[in-house]
Amino acid sequence: MSRHTLSVLVEDKPGVLARVASLFSRRGFNIESLAVGPTELPEISRMTIVVDVEGLVLEQITKQLNKLINVIKIVVLEPASTVQREILLVKVKSDMETRSHILETVQLFRAKVVDVSSESVTIEATGNAEKIQALLKLLEPFGIKELVKSGMVAVTRGPKSIGDRALRSLDRPA
Amino acid sequence: MSEQISGAQSLVQSLEAAGVTDVFGIPGGAILPLYDPLMDSARIRHILVRHEQGAGHAAEGYAAASGRVGVCMATSGPGATNLVTPLADANMDSVPMVAITGQVPSGAIGTDAFQEADIRGITMPITKHSFLVTNPDDIPRAIAEAFHIASTGRPGPVLVDVSKDALQAPTTFTWPVQMDLPGYHPVTKPHSKQVREAARLILSSRQPVLYVGGGVIRAGASAPLRRLAELTGIPVVTTLMARGAFPDSHPQHLGMPGMHGTVAAVGALQKADLLITLGARFDDRVTGRLSTFAPNAAIIHADIDPAEIGKNRAADVPIVGDLAETLPELIAAIEAELAAGAVGDYESWWATLNRMRETYPLGYETFDDGSLAPQYVIQRLGLISGPESIFAAGVGQHQMWAAQFIGYEHPNTWLNSGGLGTMGYAVPAAMGAKVARPEATVWAVDGDGCFQMTNQELATCSINDIPIKVALINNGNLGMVRQWQTLFYNERYSNTNLESFRIPDFVKLADAYGAYGLRCESPEQVDAVIEKAMAIDDAPVVIDFVVHKDAMVWPMVAAGTSNDDIMVAREMAPDWSGEDD
Repeated sequence: MSRHTLSVLVEDKPGVLARVASLFSRRGFNIESLAVGPTELPEISRMTIVVDVEGLVLEQITKQLNKLINVIKIVVLEPASTVQREILLVKVKSDMETRSHILETVQLFRAKVVDVSSESVTIEATGNAEKIQALLKLLEPFGIKELVKSGMVAVTRGPKSIGDRALRSLDRPA
Repeated sequence: MSEQISGAQSLVQSLEAAGVTDVFGIPGGAILPLYDPLMDSARIRHILVRHEQGAGHAAEGYAAASGRVGVCMATSGPGATNLVTPLADANMDSVPMVAITGQVPSGAIGTDAFQEADIRGITMPITKHSFLVTNPDDIPRAIAEAFHIASTGRPGPVLVDVSKDALQAPTTFTWPVQMDLPGYHPVTKPHSKQVREAARLILSSRQPVLYVGGGVIRAGASAPLRRLAELTGIPVVTTLMARGAFPDSHPQHLGMPGMHGTVAAVGALQKADLLITLGARFDDRVTGRLSTFAPNAAIIHADIDPAEIGKNRAADVPIVGDLAETLPELIAAIEAELAAGAVGDYESWWATLNRMRETYPLGYETFDDGSLAPQYVIQRLGLISGPESIFAAGVGQHQMWAAQFIGYEHPNTWLNSGGLGTMGYAVPAAMGAKVARPEATVWAVDGDGCFQMTNQELATCSINDIPIKVALINNGNLGMVRQWQTLFYNERYSNTNLESFRIPDFVKLADAYGAYGLRCESPEQVDAVIEKAMAIDDAPVVIDFVVHKDAMVWPMVAAGTSNDDIMVAREMAPDWSGEDD
């Protein structure tokens, strides 16, 4: 098993997320992370789906996704040529004694403090999965009260866009 | 500026423009606005069924017999949920079908309104696609897209759910409409390099088999399949969904593979060095235990659905495309190879296969007490009614016997619920087939269990002049389940005895429905009763064939076991010795 990141361009229509979620559930594919949002084109949404599967299952996932009528394009992103980021908001227990230690960790990871109270510090961090993991490991001893992640988003490096061809066909319907 | 009409009128005009001539359905509150203008349509005949499930299977039978898109209609809530089984059935068997459902007014959606069900959500996993239309201006496009999606690529069911207010609101109608399907581009043209590779592999193989699935029928590719088979001399097996894709009378036909396939067909797959897989999907009922299926075979897999390739069995030569295009290209590529001096040599392969075929022909047990063997009934039915007839089966023992003992010569003459295994399919599917092909003799070969699930459609048939014929194979039991209890549950017959020798009286039931009811209890009566039924054309006929309850379907590969462990009869395995090369 290994981790794969899929970028899925879909029509921004009601029920599309349900179709994708239902497909994963029905075929027994497990989603590690899922992020959905608008793109540079108003009628297109982009889903970034992270799965932890072997190659044959990955092939089935992309083929089955492609069968959904509202799915326009799927790209399996190569980690080496991709920028991947997720956002983390984590509320850590803190008091007079531990606060400076926590702030030190925050600086080391170029994270940000977004809220402070007498008993807690809330930290915002952005990065790839490994960085977020490492930060959380260091924060854990202080006591994590609450944490939330955005899900991974990803984009390829270089000037090309994954939507180039698929989206051009939108302008000139066959 | 087009004239203002209602959404419902727009929907009727859209259906007419899409070429629809027959619709099966039942009205109700939410879809009432549509039924009003439907009454005035000169082109569309609406057939009022007795249960929405009947409408769905009728649309399936209509499509399977004719290749045209079948259409059914239901109201919101329970009307729509009654279509769930036929939609799932059509999805499994790639049947082109459009279901139109009424929905509660858009303002009430999500409020648990009376007769509200989220039918689009419910059917997402069992349809090829689905629409919820709440704006009347979207109706023509939704209908155009629904018919396009249902009938192209790998065919399948499409649901169009229309809210009541969209049916009532004013709109305008224009046709043709611009479809907006940026994510839908079925690949129909095969990759020529893959086709050439397939041709080389076919001619260099020594033990190839044409493993033919239902895709050949859906693609209308029986003629090129026959040309390919005759050009190469390669043996053919046709799966349950492909019966009729290749003539049963053809000497190269080894019959049906799978759980109840012939020894020759199953053995051919197991011993093959190459499977030329055409529109088939390596279903568990064909492969048996997958890890031991056709262990020495290279795989050419041609299918319109890329997701089928590599799903269950890895393909050495994958070919994505429409078989109606792929097969002629493959034939041309093989002809080119032959012209260049390649020779296919399958002589010793045929010697092996012919030995298997001669040693283990299909057969069945007869009973000393003078009772009827169901296989005999079905065999005689096939011979007397002939290969121009259409046969629709239910699910179970009678379905397997109808697949085994009727000779099919043409595509679209064998209709059944292969993938989902829906009991109750036969009568409504036969009704749909008879509407699509009124000139054909249409038989429902049904079991007494199946028949009691959907026999209410006999009323529809009688009233609407749809004279189908029903061969009821009445063994008083849920026969296939009983067979499994005999073989795998120590003959403990838990809840399989329907007692339908006594209740209902099927002859009286037929009579009550305005159909002819006939009964047959002994072998001597079989031909006469079938001929009597053949002579009737003014109403449906039901023949209650009272058959022995202990008849079993053989051969059999028990579920989860290897095809190598096929049994030709109870505790009787074929002797493979001397067959291994």
